[in-house]
Amino acid sequence: MHPAPSVIIFTALSGLGFGMMVFLGLGYLNVVVLTAFVFVAMAYALAGGGLLSSLFHLGHPERFLKALTQWRSSWLSREGILSILTMGIFGIYAILWIFMDMRIELLGYIAALLSIWTIFSTSMIYAQMKSVPRWNSAMTPILFMLYAFAGGALLTTQVNIAGWMMAALAVAQIVAWLLGDGAFAKSGSDMGTATGLGGLGKVRLLEKPHSGTNYLMKEMVYVIGRKHALKLRIIALSTGMVIPAVLLLALPPGHMIGLLAILSHMLGLFTARWLFFAEAEHVVGLYYGQR
Amino acid sequence: MTSLPQSTEKKLGLVIDLDTCVGCHACVISCKEWNTSNYGAPLSDMDAYGANPVGTFLNRVHTFEVKQDDKPAQVTHFPKSCLHCEDAPCVTVCPTGASYKRVEDGIVLVNENNCIGCGLCAWACPYGAREMDAAEGVMKKCTLCVDRIYNENIPQEDRVPSCVRTCPAGARHFGDFADPQSNVSILSAERAGMDMMPEQGTKPVNKYLPPRPKSDITSDITPALTAQSAETGGFLGWIDRTLEKL
Repeated sequence: MHPAPSVIIFTALSGLGFGMMVFLGLGYLNVVVLTAFVFVAMAYALAGGGLLSSLFHLGHPERFLKALTQWRSSWLSREGILSILTMGIFGIYAILWIFMDMRIELLGYIAALLSIWTIFSTSMIYAQMKSVPRWNSAMTPILFMLYAFAGGALLTTQVNIAGWMMAALAVAQIVAWLLGDGAFAKSGSDMGTATGLGGLGKVRLLEKPHSGTNYLMKEMVYVIGRKHALKLRIIALSTGMVIPAVLLLALPPGHMIGLLAILSHMLGLFTARWLFFAEAEHVVGLYYGQR
Repeated sequence: MTSLPQSTEKKLGLVIDLDTCVGCHACVISCKEWNTSNYGAPLSDMDAYGANPVGTFLNRVHTFEVKQDDKPAQVTHFPKSCLHCEDAPCVTVCPTGASYKRVEDGIVLVNENNCIGCGLCAWACPYGAREMDAAEGVMKKCTLCVDRIYNENIPQEDRVPSCVRTCPAGARHFGDFADPQSNVSILSAERAGMDMMPEQGTKPVNKYLPPRPKSDITSDITPALTAQSAETGGFLGWIDRTLEKL
């Protein structure tokens, strides 16, 4: 799949923002009002910025409100509604916290729960795609949630939780890669089933339907990224999870260590998210003799 | 709502005969011609006369080769357009309700006024039947020529999809699969009509007729083609014999 920057930024940043809202909503981070304001603003900038970035991906962004109507069938619609609802509820919680110094536990829990639900909905946009076997797995929501929790804990200075979350994330990410590598073969789709000619022998593409490229090939038959997949996986794993985990769990906590852990994790997160798209193979590639 | 209907009154769709298709791409062109000037936004071309032309098409013809170890290769032309699936994944993912499947005839359509151009439906389709128009920013797909098949302003024989009307080989057939006595139902039953990628669980309405096995044909006609008569009679035979003697 084409790793569009807008979608990578959207999923990565909004995940971090809603991950922060989970921990702030659960009552972590007992700080003075002014500091609280900074953290709340950061959560909003990440979640809102991410969502805004997703609009750049649209052919008609001005019609985005229409996307809030199909919550009964569409995960994308649910994600839109939930993110707005979450930001609204969390906003009330945050205003009461910052301006009235009242941290209402129940409201916070609701905001945290909604945040988790939003992150889950984002992941389901991808996990529901049967046409992309690598995504069509329980590992997709598990990964998206763990990325959000690990990043959210890190950004709300929960050193210990963040450290262990990073370790859990590393394991989940490795499992997701290994399962994902065999997902296409396991899906049962090949050039034989795609053309119905499999029973007649070995199928290969003799001639493409057009001499140039097209929307489908640009969007869904992205093969460039896979060349360096292993190197990029090592970069994502080490900078995204291993280095932050070691920094957080093995070294004495401090601002410099925290900043390093955040920068390292972000680099890993973006690398892993880029791979999430670039490595994912769509079955339509079979019609082009590619995957 | 982009929920799928429980069932549709008719199941309009195509039978595509992979045995008959000659790969002339006439259906591709006639589809583009009809659909660029009728229902919805035109099918734009980008850089049409430049080095890297790219355009929106609703129907494309791929060509495959099938080979068994001990047999000659067999070429199959493979026209591909929307299969108007009963369990269309492109419909349910749509966040705006722009994508829908019609209850009356099962045609999967896009209401372009509601399309935000997110591209999710094109991702959900395993067949690559949907293409985003680069100029309009909305999703385009086969409408089964909904503006022809019910059009009372055109002659009766033209009230079929443009691709079917134009196919010079008679490889495309249009009809109602809900009616077991229809042309398409009978054709599909007689020739073992196939679903594309059945493992995707989309329940396509369109059916593909497999190529007839070529090995049967070769085994019958091979002797006739290879046998050469030892003696030639008449004038040519006389020349042959005379030249032989020289």
